[in-house]
Amino acid sequence: MVIIEILGVAHAGMCMRQISLREVNVSEITSVVKRLCIDANIYLDKDVVEKIEESVEKEDSPIGREILGQILANARMAAEEQMPMCQDTGVAVVLVELGQDVHVSGGDLNKAINEGVRQGYRDGYLRKSMVDDPVFDRKNTQDNTPAVIHIEIVPGDAVKITLAPKGAGSENMSEVRMMKPADGIEGIKDFVVDRVRRSGGMPCPPIVVGVGVGGNFEQCAYLSKKALLRPLNLKNPDPRLNALEEELLLRINRLGIGPLGLGGRTTALAVQILTMPCHIASMPVAVNLQCHAQRHKTATI
Amino acid sequence: MTKEVLLRTPLNEEKNAKLEAGFKVLLSGKIYTARDAAHKRLAQLIKEGKSLPFDPRGQVIYYVGPTPEKPGRIVGSAGPTTSGRMDPYTPTLLDAGVKGTIGKGQRSREVIDAIIRNKAVYFAATGGAAVLIAKSIRNSKLVAYDDLGPEAIRELVIENFPCIVAIDSRGRNLYEEGVKKYQIP
Repeated sequence: MVIIEILGVAHAGMCMRQISLREVNVSEITSVVKRLCIDANIYLDKDVVEKIEESVEKEDSPIGREILGQILANARMAAEEQMPMCQDTGVAVVLVELGQDVHVSGGDLNKAINEGVRQGYRDGYLRKSMVDDPVFDRKNTQDNTPAVIHIEIVPGDAVKITLAPKGAGSENMSEVRMMKPADGIEGIKDFVVDRVRRSGGMPCPPIVVGVGVGGNFEQCAYLSKKALLRPLNLKNPDPRLNALEEELLLRINRLGIGPLGLGGRTTALAVQILTMPCHIASMPVAVNLQCHAQRHKTATI
Repeated sequence: MTKEVLLRTPLNEEKNAKLEAGFKVLLSGKIYTARDAAHKRLAQLIKEGKSLPFDPRGQVIYYVGPTPEKPGRIVGSAGPTTSGRMDPYTPTLLDAGVKGTIGKGQRSREVIDAIIRNKAVYFAATGGAAVLIAKSIRNSKLVAYDDLGPEAIRELVIENFPCIVAIDSRGRNLYEEGVKKYQIP
């Protein structure tokens, strides 16, 4: 698609420039979302499998090793039999990076995403876990919609879609705390470790701990969710944050919670932190816990 | 090494007395599924003195809401859900004769007291191992509350369902003992 931008009116006449917009039809978005819902629920990523394999070697508890072995066997069976690895196929969290040179055509982007979720959860035999009214009726919507959708406008002409189905067991153990600057780094560490300690076996350990620091109340929660998307084999590019992540992981794995909370060395596979600037008087911290079914799949249109 | 035992439902005080926290169990026989909404209805029936959709005496309840089964399959993915949400109703069910529950995560003090009082047992299944667990399910039959969808009560026939004794009939609790054992101060 081509649009004409009028840059200005000079004495000699109008000055014009052509801008190319890439057209992406909503039907393509629907079919990509559908596929990602199914794939994310069936296939556990290699980086997660490798981390769990590593943890078996280090686990001292026989019950812990047994459970980690079951988790790995389960991941293989899910892929072989094309079945969702966990029965809680979650809320469909959809993160979209929409290139600013893209024109979404043929319908409503949000509706197209929800249609993809509807089709994916139906055709993938995934569990429908959404209720409509959260306070009074709590009636199942029967198709797992609506999805939780985050759209960011980015440079370029691509549409990048990430599907991260999130189960309730670990989501229910997550927390935002509006800390004070005086609480300092030690305050952040104590909060993160204590959040994991209080969660025990509830979030299905071994977990991945997503931490968001900075921004404001709602931004830090979103950061903690996005922190979980980093592959487990990649270090934090910021050396100071990397050191903080390693220290927190060490402290968390000394808690003794272990696989499924029955005792052991493997409580978390990784701690992943994202930060952003914040107000002089604030230090918002969010902890988003993720069960061992660390599911996310990405596609770019 | 962890002790591994074969166990068949229905359970009774004698069978439960032999189980200790930390034992690995391969459970076989009939069990019943129920989650939050079904528990609410069951507890209400007991309160009103009415009979339940199944005789609870000696039975085991599994906290699960499976994914829909694919055509030709008995059940979808079927791992345990968080047991703590059933805690407000569990003592009532144990007092009515239920002798075992299967789920994941810690239980409340009230539930542990009811387990001791009734010489019952709480098994932990591996949260997230939903395909592996489904393989041990040989039959599934609707018993009640079809309107609850994945939360309906089903009778499952299981064969060597893998679980661990998390709280035994004397109240020994692996969620506390295990964590203490591996904690590094």
